[in-house]
Order: sequence, then structure tokens, then C-alpha cells
Amino acid sequence: MKVALFITCLADQFFAEAGVAAVRLLRHLGCTVEFPEGQTCCGQPAYNAGYWAEARQVAEHTLGVLERADYVVLPSGSCTTMLRTFYPELFREQPRRFAQAEALSQKTYELAEFIVKVLGVSHLGQGLKGRRIAYHHGCHALRELGIKQEPLTLLRNAGAEIVDWAAAEECCGFGGLFSVKLPEVALSMADRKLSTLPPTSQIDFLTSADGGCMLHLSGRIENRGLGLPVRPLASVLWEAAQ
Amino acid sequence: MKVAANQYPQEAARVLREEPQVRESVTGATLNFDSKRRQAYAEVDAETWRHWAESVKNHVLSNLDRYLLEAEASLQKNGVQVHWAEDADDARRIVADIARAGQVRKVVKAKTMVSEELAINPMLEGMGVEVLETDLGEYIIQLLQQPPSHIVGPAIHLNLAQIRQLFHERFQTPPDASPEHLAAVARQLLREGFLKADMGISGGNFVVAETGTLALIENEGNIRLSTSAPRIHVALVGIEKLLPRFTDLAVFLSLTARAATGQRLGTFVSLIQGPRQPGEPDGPEEVHVVFVDNGRSSVLADPEAWETLRCLRCAACLNACPVYRQTGGHAYGYVYSGPIGAILSPGLLGLEETKPLPYASSLCGACFQACPVRIPIPKLLLTWRNRAVQEGLSPRLEAAAIKGYALAMTQPWAYRLASKALRLLPEKALDNTVVPVIKAWTEGRAGLKPSPKSFRQMWEDGEV
Repeated sequence: MKVALFITCLADQFFAEAGVAAVRLLRHLGCTVEFPEGQTCCGQPAYNAGYWAEARQVAEHTLGVLERADYVVLPSGSCTTMLRTFYPELFREQPRRFAQAEALSQKTYELAEFIVKVLGVSHLGQGLKGRRIAYHHGCHALRELGIKQEPLTLLRNAGAEIVDWAAAEECCGFGGLFSVKLPEVALSMADRKLSTLPPTSQIDFLTSADGGCMLHLSGRIENRGLGLPVRPLASVLWEAAQ
Repeated sequence: MKVAANQYPQEAARVLREEPQVRESVTGATLNFDSKRRQAYAEVDAETWRHWAESVKNHVLSNLDRYLLEAEASLQKNGVQVHWAEDADDARRIVADIARAGQVRKVVKAKTMVSEELAINPMLEGMGVEVLETDLGEYIIQLLQQPPSHIVGPAIHLNLAQIRQLFHERFQTPPDASPEHLAAVARQLLREGFLKADMGISGGNFVVAETGTLALIENEGNIRLSTSAPRIHVALVGIEKLLPRFTDLAVFLSLTARAATGQRLGTFVSLIQGPRQPGEPDGPEEVHVVFVDNGRSSVLADPEAWETLRCLRCAACLNACPVYRQTGGHAYGYVYSGPIGAILSPGLLGLEETKPLPYASSLCGACFQACPVRIPIPKLLLTWRNRAVQEGLSPRLEAAAIKGYALAMTQPWAYRLASKALRLLPEKALDNTVVPVIKAWTEGRAGLKPSPKSFRQMWEDGEV
């Protein structure tokens, strides 16, 4: 199966290992991985800040870059939502572009979702035996796309224990520009979320599919000296397959 | 009411810094409300209810002129006097005229957000009329001369210690009085108020067009007393609060109670069908319904924002919102706070006065998931943000930065260049900088550390 990887700008710049792990994992599962080199960012920063004309420019670029792909896979729930849900929204008034966006929407998947739903794989291996993991659900993946069980299934089936976390489904406070427009509120949200974790000595690491959430949470964790490693889901899933 | 919505970012930060107990009180109470709502939704086929409620409200809003006329006729047939208020001035004048004609000296009030919106209390007090809030939370914030912090729980931002202190100062209760004791003291004071009042003012959860029925949901019994004990009852009702038929009420009453407090039904539901009839032992001699527009028809005429008017004022979106939870409602600067306030206030007041509100959200989507009438709040937040940009209300520096961003992201060479530049920056530049966006990021968060090599570079170098 031929898969085009859309690495997302945050993963490209800050979590390059997530991209590497995604490629290795997809190849391991029998996919041919392509990296369409014209890709940049999905346009979400402009879209969320209300700059829809600029978001359309970026989206048009991405539509062109991914036009010939059979499947598009992203190591991010938020950017997946941008391509799958918000691109068609952006082009509602432009029939030709809308059709293109709809076509892209149909073939776009978040990594864990793709593995479970399209490849039909729910056992990657036993590489996470004994690992205690805190899983942060990115809001877009969870509430816009309804991706909840897929990553948890893959982690659990690889032997990991998902720790009980009262606020696992609560927003971490990143929200793109939200975290710099309202920094105090954003940090307070991260603190509230982190304060509901079991003692960090009982957790090996925190993982999430979203680069933005990870930057925000890991930045806060480090700042507060909580000593909890934060790892991209793609890297953890690759470890699961070992 | 005075609007201070343009101060939202500063106010939110100030509340977090200076009143940390607000966050604690609001978080505890909203989590509790939210978990009760989930349990109450789980008992019913919530999705079907939500879709049905959405469609009934859409139908009403699409035929509002017809239903308002039908409601007026039904109410009049029941002996209710119907008034129309185009704006807050109109509404205040109508209430003042009724009070004057009835020689009203004392008013008891049931909790009504519309009266906050219309600033009814200061107007009445200006006329020399004594106004008593009879909802316990409203009574507490009236003593403190504060606006409500939450649509359903107006004193949600206060903790027990603060209320003990307040009652100790005002009513000489023991400094460690139990909540039951405090409630009993308030109850005694309010009882006297009900008996002496000439007029009772309420809002209205629903008005049924078919039968002219005013429906009110509550838990304390004060609404029932406020609307039945005094000679005159005035209900202030937003024009969007109509339901077509009496049979629609059953689900809407339960849906509202479940969404608001996780109850199957409020402890008290009053269905008011007009003034006291000959031979009836109690009830008011006059009942007035004031239908209030005050910006609602312009929201209705807005091809995107009109869905906001489905709102039942249940506050489920506030309870589900992790942003609201940090500061409570006062930071939002207007009577309607939280996610619904962030889309309703710009609709009622315009963006000029409210422009930070649509940004008071991380777009996590919990509000839409909680909304009993499926108002697409995240989508509407984005719509208002887009309008702010189109109307040139967004910061100039931000607009320029986004234009630059769009240019870089549509030219792969420019993206590569930016990626290289990011890695050439000294570590300090990303940590201890004066560049506004990065500075806002690094205050409270460890600095950004790019991967040594971007994924793209690794791919191009054949390392993947």
C-alpha cells in the first residue's frame, strides 16, 4: 500500500524522530512510504486565528502537493482534522476546490487510526511490556474525528498500562495562538491537567499524537521540574513494534 | 449593563494572579455540574433528544414572526398583558411604567439573566424601589454588588469561607456557621421579602405559543413565590424563547434540567397560565410578559450567527469549558460568559466592544459536545474571529505575520529557509527573548528546542 506521509511542520521542526518512527513503522507494516517534498504546514495557525484567506492559500498549496496520493497519513490529530474537516469547510463556496478538498478528506488518516482502521492491525508487537503511560488525547482527534480507542488499543496490546488520568480528555491549553494570546490561562489549564496525574514516579512517560500539545505540556513539565518525559505517539508505536 | 469585554485578556490574567480561589471554586463546581450532566445524559437517548431539540428550535427561529404573534394572542386570551421591548431602554421604560402604575415600592426577583442584560435593578433602585434578589446565589452577589459569574450558579466563584465572612459581617452569624445555618438565615430574610413585595420579576425558560404558557425551572422555590405572592408579576423573556406546542415542553424541561444540573427535572417547574381567576385563592392580579429583542433580531438575521439563538441558557458549555474554569465569568466583561457568551456577546453588542471574546477559547470542542441544542460553538467562534480579521480589528503585527506565514508556507523554498534559520538561532533567542510571541511562550514554559535536524533534512540526506 502506498502512503504519503504529511509530516506537519511542528513534527518536522521539533519532533523529527516522530517522522522517522512513522516511516519505519509504516514500512514495517508493509507500506511504501512517500514524502511529497512540496509539503509545508497545513494552514491551521491562519485558520484558527481567523485569517481564512491566508489559510485558503496554504490549503490550496497542500491540496496540490497531496493530489496524487492514495492515502495521506499524519502523525497528528489536529493537522489531520485540518485536512479532513476544515479544508472542505474553507472551500464550501468554491465547487472545484471543494471537490478536491473532499477527495483529500476521504483519504486522510491520523497514524494510529490508519494502522487500526485501514491496515486492520491492532497488535504491533510486545515492545511496551511493563510500560506505564499517560495518554493525552488531543482535542481535535478526540472530538472532531472521534479517535479515542485506536491509539489506546495499540498501546495496550503492546503490553503498556495506560494510567488512570481524570483529565486525560481535557484540553491541555495549547490551542495554537491561544497559548500566546492568553498565556496565563493556557498555563493554568496545563497545570490543572497535570495536577490530576498520578504521581509521576508511577508513570514512565506521557505521550500524545499532537506536536502542539506536546510542546506546551513538555515546556510546562520542564519549567515546573516535574521530571516526566514526553514522547511522540509515533515513536512509542514504533517501540511497540520492536 | 456596562460592558468591559475588551479587557478580557487582562482581566483573565488578573483573576488568575490575584484571586486564585476563584479558579479553585469554579473548577470544583463546574466539574461537578459537568459530571452530573454526563450521568443524566447517559440515562436517555441523548443524541436523539439533542437533534430533536435542535430541529424544534430551528423551526421556531425560522418562523419566529408567526410564533410571536401566536404567543401574543394566546397570552392575551389568558389575561396576560404583552409588551414588546426593542432594546434595553424600552424594556426599562415598560417595567418602570408597570411599577409606577401599580404603586410598587418593593420588588422580589427570581433569577433572570435578561434582567441583568437590561440593567433592571439599577433602574428600579433609581426610582426608589427596593429590589430583593431571591435566588440564594443571586442574593449573595447582590449583597456584594457583583454581577453573576455563571448563568446558572451566579455565585460559583465564591467559596464557603467568603460567604461565611459576608454573612458574619452583615447578619452577625457565627464565623464558622454551617451552610445549612447560612441558608436558614437567608431563607428567613427572603420570606419577609416575599410577603411584603408588590411586584415579582422573573425571566422565562420557555413560552408556549399554542397555549400562552410561561414555563420556569428552578430548585429553591423562590421563583414560585416571586411569581405568585406579589400582586404583580412581570416576566422578561427573550424573543427566542418560544416553543410551538405544549407537548414540546416535556422534553425541553427535562433536557434543560439535565444539561444544567444533571437533574431529570428541576425541583420546581412552574407553568404560568395567566393572573388569578375569580374564585382562585392566590396568584397575582396582573401578569405581564415583556418580549425582549435587544439585539436578538439582528443575530437572527445573521446567516451564520443565528444558530446562537437556540441557546437554552443551561450553562452546560460553561461547565464543560476548561477556559471558563480558570477564571469564572467576571473576566468576560458581560452578563453572558463562557463559550456561549463568547459568541452571543459579539452578536448582541457587535465586535467592536467584544473583540477578545471569540479568542477566549482553545477550540477544544467540549462546549459543542455538551450543548443540548447542538449550537456549533467552535465553528461560530472561528466565524467571529474571521469577521474580526475582515473588519480590520485584529492586531496589525499579527495580520502582517500571518501574511508572511502564508507566503512562506506556499513556497517550499521559503519554508526550507525558515527551517534552516530556526536552527541557526542561538539557543538563547528561543529562550530569553523579547520577540513578543516567543516571549509569551517562554514565560512559564521551557524554551523551544528544535530537533537537531528537521525530518525533511533527514529524508533528503537518506537517513530515513
